[in-house]
Amino acid sequence: MHDRSKSVALANLWVAFAAMFVAILLGLYQVMNRSGLFPEIESHELYFASVSTHGVLMGFVLTTFFIMGFGYYTATATLKRPLWNKGLAWIAFFVSLGGTVMAAIPLLTGKASVLYTFYPPLQAHPVFYIGATLLVVGSWIWCLEMIMSVVTWKRDNPGKVVPLAMFGTTANAIMWLWTSAGVGIEMIFQLIPWSLGLMDTVDPGLARTLFSWTLHAIVYFWLFPAYIAMYTILPKVAGGRLFSDEMGRIAFIMLLVISVPIGFHHLYMDPQQAAGFKFLHMLGTFAVAVPTLLTGFTVLASLEGAGRLRGGKGLFGWIAALDWKEPMVVAGMLALFMLIAGGWGGMINASYQMNSLVHNTQWVTGHFHLIFGGTTVIMYLAVAYHLWPKLTGRRLAMRGLAVIQLWLWAIGMLILTLPWHVLGLLGQPRRISSTPYDSPLVEQWDPHELAMIVGGAVLVFSTLLFVLNLLLSHLSKRVDSVSDDDWAVAVHPPLSLPKPLNGYALWNGIVAVWMVVAYGYPVLQFLILETHGSLPWGY
Amino acid sequence: MHIDPLEKKWLYVVGFMTIVMVGSMTFAAITMNLHPPSNVETIDPKTLHLSGEFTEDNLGVTQNADGSYMVRMIAARYSFYPQMIEVPVDTDVTFRLTSPDIVHGVHVPFTNMSTMVIPGYVSEVKTRFVREGEAQFLCNEYCGLGHDYMWSKLKVVPKG
Ligand code: HEM
Ligand SMILES: [Cu+2]
Ligand SMILES: [Cu+2]
Repeated sequence: MHDRSKSVALANLWVAFAAMFVAILLGLYQVMNRSGLFPEIESHELYFASVSTHGVLMGFVLTTFFIMGFGYYTATATLKRPLWNKGLAWIAFFVSLGGTVMAAIPLLTGKASVLYTFYPPLQAHPVFYIGATLLVVGSWIWCLEMIMSVVTWKRDNPGKVVPLAMFGTTANAIMWLWTSAGVGIEMIFQLIPWSLGLMDTVDPGLARTLFSWTLHAIVYFWLFPAYIAMYTILPKVAGGRLFSDEMGRIAFIMLLVISVPIGFHHLYMDPQQAAGFKFLHMLGTFAVAVPTLLTGFTVLASLEGAGRLRGGKGLFGWIAALDWKEPMVVAGMLALFMLIAGGWGGMINASYQMNSLVHNTQWVTGHFHLIFGGTTVIMYLAVAYHLWPKLTGRRLAMRGLAVIQLWLWAIGMLILTLPWHVLGLLGQPRRISSTPYDSPLVEQWDPHELAMIVGGAVLVFSTLLFVLNLLLSHLSKRVDSVSDDDWAVAVHPPLSLPKPLNGYALWNGIVAVWMVVAYGYPVLQFLILETHGSLPWGY
Repeated sequence: MHIDPLEKKWLYVVGFMTIVMVGSMTFAAITMNLHPPSNVETIDPKTLHLSGEFTEDNLGVTQNADGSYMVRMIAARYSFYPQMIEVPVDTDVTFRLTSPDIVHGVHVPFTNMSTMVIPGYVSEVKTRFVREGEAQFLCNEYCGLGHDYMWSKLKVVPKG
């Protein structure tokens, strides 16, 4: 891998994990504040500034920078040549970093306590919207870099199969361009001019519709790198082979095509969209479970193969035979476990009727911390352990501790999120900083509030171990030279592929048509209806 | 293109599960008319207190000719108005809500009385409460620093 690409990959990954480190401390403060057990620290101002910062750092900063860093590594290591334009990668980095710093200033000074969903007509300081937009603009440059790297490689290697890891990374780049267009339009045509005073009012119904366009597929933007690692790194590290390369491609294509036009499952309870469109998006939402179910099958089958090669016998013997000392294997198994638990909850959220029972309750916070904080981030951590020796040229300082750290991460996440699911079923709303409600209701909540503090503390400890490990490795002098060419090989590696399994031209056309069907009228209706804008409100 | 026989079996399982889930929701939507609140109705949040359906005297509970109930409420920082609602058990109730300020959400725990309340739009929810006793309307969308305090009371009383 070319040195210049290594340093830009490392720079992105360090920003990602620094953001995560700050955000996790805020998370612990939040659970303490909202439990009501520490009256001396309780503050609504501080709490909502903190949740807004925590959500932005975890949801936008950790993810975007991690995805960019991992993408640069994947592009150079799989295509075996430098990036299409290395200078542009640094420009993307500084645009995103500048945007992050800009957004951080109003967030930390309580001038953007609008949460990471920033639904108008709550209004934040304009610098928050501009900074957040720049973060996304930087990621668009990354998308261009990924797409052009593959396009130029394909031109120079006609008829060759695009390596699966890069095929997935490109799918994610294209999907993110489709996905982020919604929030981009909302920012540029609504929130930024309105916050600058160029417009008096804004239509919250339109804003929420545009945001929903981004809000679902963004979670697949976050999840994609986790799946890529499961398909293309995990099987090899586990000592086996990838069960099927083509199934990986099909899963990536389905994620690209289905993720974007289904955002209305976030608007089931909204009055400004009609039931017919909500029903249509519900159908797509259940279809998007298919690539995840395929992924679970293929990855487990690959791991089973690895376990049997290592001497595992019987129905479950292969599990015990896996290499439980290898961080990527431990993370992969724990990630799948949390994915199964969280995916089951997701089916309930996605249900056209049952959603009304859990919508905006603490159940939802439990659900996304389990899949996002759990499944997705544990794979980010394992990828970091895997890449660190390659990117820094140094041996991982404490390998055994890495395994313990990953276990603590999963255990902490379960202790944090299972009680949140229960709290949601017991009626607790999300996004509250305290519980000043009727006592019979609140008394049922108390034991679970205690559990979440324990979970948060375990996660903070786990994060400390993680960051320490990366830092000590990076600073150490124990030189290690590991190959970049250790991607998983499929049981039947494809030698040539039909065009639709090796590129995205056809699929982009399908997304375009589906987006017109799913979002065309629902957005245009705001021009047809007699709508009334809302004036800005502080908090 | 290579598909393993095991993979094929799994695809059938996945397809079957998806059809069962989507089928049961479609069935409930068609036969029981169970849809999320989606009436797409606009209103001017700046003037709704001056005239029309949501002026102060029009808020609260009214009984329709067919015996069902209509409840009109305003969700505004930081409460639901009127702050006490009383409806009979096992009776059809239609809620109509709107907001003069910002986005709120309302949920009565343990029931499917749930909707977002978006300024500029009227939300309409149809439900029936099956359990008698005291309950609460809780705001479930962040609406400012007082969001936690945004709740009000619901009493579900015996019929008749
Ligand atoms: C120590 C571990 C963590 C704790 C204690 C924690 C705690 C919290 C709390 C209390 C909230 C407010 C939820 C609400 O009221 O709706 C929250 C929100 C959030 N958390 Fe975490 N969290 C942790 C880790 C994570 C991780 C690892 C991620 C993802 C990478 C994450 C992503 C988010 C996001 C995106 C929100 C925004 C939710 C919203 O605005 O409604 N958190 N977290
Ligand atoms: Cu979604
Ligand atoms: Cu509220």
